[in-house]
Amino acid sequence: MPASSADRAFGPGTVAPATPVAPAPALPPPPVRRRRPLRSRLGVYLLLLPAVVPIAVGLGYPLVRQFVLSFQEYGLAQQFGRPAEWVGLDNYRTLLTDPYVWGVIVRSVVFCLVNAGLTMAIGMSLAVLMAKVGRAARITLQVGMLLAWGTPVLATMTVWQWLFDSQYGVINWLLAEPLGMTDLRYHSWLIEPLSFYLVATVIVVWMSVPFVVFTVYAGLLQVPAETMEAAQLDGADGWQRFWRITIPMVKPVLFVVALLQIIWDLRVFTQIYVLQRAGAPTRETHLLGTYIYSLAKEFSMAGAMATIMLVLTLALTAFYIRRMLREEEL
Amino acid sequence: MSAATAAAPPGPVRTAPVVEGREPTSTRIRTRARVVRWLLGTLAVTVSLVWVFPIYWMVSSAFLPTNRLRTPSPTFFPVDGTLSNFRRVFADPTFFASFKVSLAVTGITLVAAILFAFVAALAVSRFRFRGRKSFIVTILVVQMIPAEGLFISQYQMLDGWRLVNSVIGLSIVYVAAILPFTIWMLRGFVAGVPIELEEAGMVDGLSRTGAFFRITFPLLAPGLVASGVYGFLQAWNEYTLALVVMTDPARRTLPLWLQGLVEANRATDWGVVMAGATLIAVPVILFFLFVQNKMTAGLVAGAVKG
Repeated sequence: MPASSADRAFGPGTVAPATPVAPAPALPPPPVRRRRPLRSRLGVYLLLLPAVVPIAVGLGYPLVRQFVLSFQEYGLAQQFGRPAEWVGLDNYRTLLTDPYVWGVIVRSVVFCLVNAGLTMAIGMSLAVLMAKVGRAARITLQVGMLLAWGTPVLATMTVWQWLFDSQYGVINWLLAEPLGMTDLRYHSWLIEPLSFYLVATVIVVWMSVPFVVFTVYAGLLQVPAETMEAAQLDGADGWQRFWRITIPMVKPVLFVVALLQIIWDLRVFTQIYVLQRAGAPTRETHLLGTYIYSLAKEFSMAGAMATIMLVLTLALTAFYIRRMLREEEL
Repeated sequence: MSAATAAAPPGPVRTAPVVEGREPTSTRIRTRARVVRWLLGTLAVTVSLVWVFPIYWMVSSAFLPTNRLRTPSPTFFPVDGTLSNFRRVFADPTFFASFKVSLAVTGITLVAAILFAFVAALAVSRFRFRGRKSFIVTILVVQMIPAEGLFISQYQMLDGWRLVNSVIGLSIVYVAAILPFTIWMLRGFVAGVPIELEEAGMVDGLSRTGAFFRITFPLLAPGLVASGVYGFLQAWNEYTLALVVMTDPARRTLPLWLQGLVEANRATDWGVVMAGATLIAVPVILFFLFVQNKMTAGLVAGAVKG
């Protein structure tokens, strides 16, 4: 789904976490067959048809349409049937000369990089911790992570609002009573953009970390014990073994996970939207997703903004995608 | 917290240089290792508690009446709790209406996505044909498209077909969103079953179709279950597209219903909100615990190559 990080059900988001791009399994090349008769060759395309149609209708067509629309003037009159006028790059010009839009873009990129970075750092540390501790501690940690991962994003958002409630929320109580920061006793976290983003970051990282932990942990388990022993016999200390053997071996996993985090955190919508509804000033807290949503009535502008977001995603991930495509055997 | 500082090297713990040689080195190393292990274990348990706390808090608050939630210091254990919050959720007809909508959308999405993805995965991993590679690349790239930027034109499209506020309309965009990943995942599972097995079956006299259904298909069951669960969770928990497509309050899915409940009761009655959240979350969590093992394993299997 729009794997909003939220939806990483499996992703955060939906749970998890959201639309994870699966790391490409290394597949054996499909068996080469003798050329079969035309009828059965066409049969293969028939097998693909049921998948291609919904993707083309549900994603492809809206994408193209939105792209076309972004070069047109489409407003209220057009909704009542007037043909849209071509305006070339006007929509883009309007958006990209607006300092407010640049503010949204910069905020989104910073938010994305901070969140993806924190998630990766904490997730990798916990994965290593998971590999090092005894059985009981490991299972405790795994269960905790799984519970957080499995909770639907809206339920998560709801409870976090309650935790950060200014009057009766536990977090204010905790900061004021046991920790002595009494001026935070009735603090409203969402009113100020910076603390709004702080809350959003806490929530996004909390729900994104489990995916990283499990994936990296599974990767760590695949580092062969013999290699480690050999290195140890050769005199490598723990630190060297970690940086020279473990890290290079799990690099493909780290790569995919980091790519996903960047994609998810740039398009973050649900968390920001719900927090805004909880009483934050929307204009000062918009990120790309919510800003496009707020443009909903001006289709062309929304289309242009969405195209900008797509380009931004590609720019931030181009390096990863290139490497993935190069390394994968398709 | 940075990876470099926090990530302890796996493997035996490093020993510090021995300063005084009063006791045999091996004992010191062992004691030290035990202390470090204990410390790490404590850290792991603490982290786990931090991660679980919000969920505990959700469930715990759901059992408390409003007057016990609105106290200067929080009630940490719901002793003598009440079920009244849950009763109020169940008394709310919109809860069941939303439940039905969610069930219908998830059901349709799941069946369609799994079926279509399975057939496509089969084609991609069992046949070589022109366009195969570009199909796979497309599947990969499609997943990078920020759906959060697409919803406006998806809405327009559905609006044009009079499919806004309809289960079918929402299902169409859900299927499109879930399919690429499902194909990707199933393709790995199909390719994991060696074609030789099928061929052996054919040598033993099975037809091609027979060999497929009697030999390959049963081996794919775990993969189908895993991708089914993935699809279920995505469709059941999704919020953004539902928000855009289901504008009529009578057609809300459960996540939209919960958000409505929050907005109606925020600051006045967190108990009933937490009961609603708990009711939505608990079945999903249980389901998730049940299957997640298979999924991460499948996800990672391909990414680390020897």
